Amino acid sequence: MTLLGLLEREPSHGYDLKRVYDEFFGRGKPLPFGQVYATLGRLARDGKVMVGEAEPGDGPDRKRYVITETGATEFESWLTEPVAPEPSLQTVLFTKVVLALMLGRDAQQYLDAQRAAHLRRMRELTELRRTGPLVDALLADHGLFHLEADLRWIDLTTARLDAIAEAVRS
Amino acid sequence: MTALIEARDLTLTFGETPALRGASLTADAGEVLALMGPSGSGKSTLLHCLAGILTPDSGEVHFNGRRIDTMNEAQRSELRRRTFGFVFQFGQLVPELTAEENVALPLLFGGTRRAGALAQARPWFARLGLDGMQRRRSGELSGGQAQRVALARGLVARPQVLFADEPTGALDSLTGEQVMELLVGTAREQGTTVILVTHEPRVAAYADRETVVRDGKASTLAAERIAP
Ligand SMILES: Nc1ncnc2c1ncn2[C@@H]1O[C@H](COP(=O)(O)OP(=O)(O)OP(=O)(O)O)[C@@H](O)[C@H]1O
Ligand SMILES: [Mg+2]
Repeated sequence: MTLLGLLEREPSHGYDLKRVYDEFFGRGKPLPFGQVYATLGRLARDGKVMVGEAEPGDGPDRKRYVITETGATEFESWLTEPVAPEPSLQTVLFTKVVLALMLGRDAQQYLDAQRAAHLRRMRELTELRRTGPLVDALLADHGLFHLEADLRWIDLTTARLDAIAEAVRS
Repeated sequence: MTALIEARDLTLTFGETPALRGASLTADAGEVLALMGPSGSGKSTLLHCLAGILTPDSGEVHFNGRRIDTMNEAQRSELRRRTFGFVFQFGQLVPELTAEENVALPLLFGGTRRAGALAQARPWFARLGLDGMQRRRSGELSGGQAQRVALARGLVARPQVLFADEPTGALDSLTGEQVMELLVGTAREQGTTVILVTHEPRVAAYADRETVVRDGKASTLAAERIAP
């Protein structure tokens, strides 16, 4: 859907799509060319993009891709539709705490270590949002708010640990 | 290297309430240290002991090689005026004074003449995005603006240590971020050590390190001792 969105911006060659994608959405993980062309092929097959004629003389990448009416409509509805507000349930955190309590292990020690690890990551993201470009800051902020939510859960759980231990063991 | 601030095993009881029950911490020169922990755990009390505002019942507070818990009030008040700066959550500006007079206060108390103090206060306004508000009184400033004025007041005399108790507590996230940018940015530039009390993780993330206060005890978390 991201590639479709980039084509809504302007008709592009595969190479340009990859470049813009990597710049804004890659996050250090560049999109493989193979995946770009596989996706474009699929979109073409489904009638969401059209493939232009190869432009002469410039090697294999010289086909321009253009979004179709179908593609544009689908992209438009995707763009405005809210994603399902599923909390990213940190099931690993939850599972560790519950299991530690069930087995009578030191859940507090785990929570302290997790808290410190979360804050360390938050410091890195804070540094990134202070020094990086605005688009990176936007993503760093998103990460920071989520980590903060985890941390609040960790603190609340820490405060209630005795009561939770009782509930889990009975 | 020895720490700039060191508290050893502080206890302090208010009437029946034990506020500190063996709190220890250190802060190095130029370090930004966050004090976190649940409400009522003793963060503000600890901060006040470090700053020489409160005297612990037992334990020691060292600052720059001097013991401050055994100093007399005159010595401590001298230290607070000349060496420390303060920012608190709210209600800090003197309502009768203009914003620039508020910023200049620590300098005036330190013996700087009025004209000189105001001249030093003024450049802070542009820096804090408050140009044109120099003459306003605190009632004519928004919460976030007043907080930035209070921050300028805390830093204007270039204190060696800034004590900040929930400096963003009353602000929305964006304004809070701005205040933290300024606080940490200026402190790093001036080499000021900051002791920052906060319960907001995103604010604590501006610090170099955090110490958690629980039930009147301060601990440095195990994971912090691992080199980054
Ligand atoms: N002047 C005082 N007189 C009596 N009790 C006090 C006084 N100041 C603090 N306390 C008590 O000491 C304990 C620690 O208070 P403190 O203000 O240090 O907590 P805190 O961690 O800063 O909490 P908060 O996050 O709510 O600001 C609390 O139980 C509080 O009620
Ligand atoms: Mg407090």
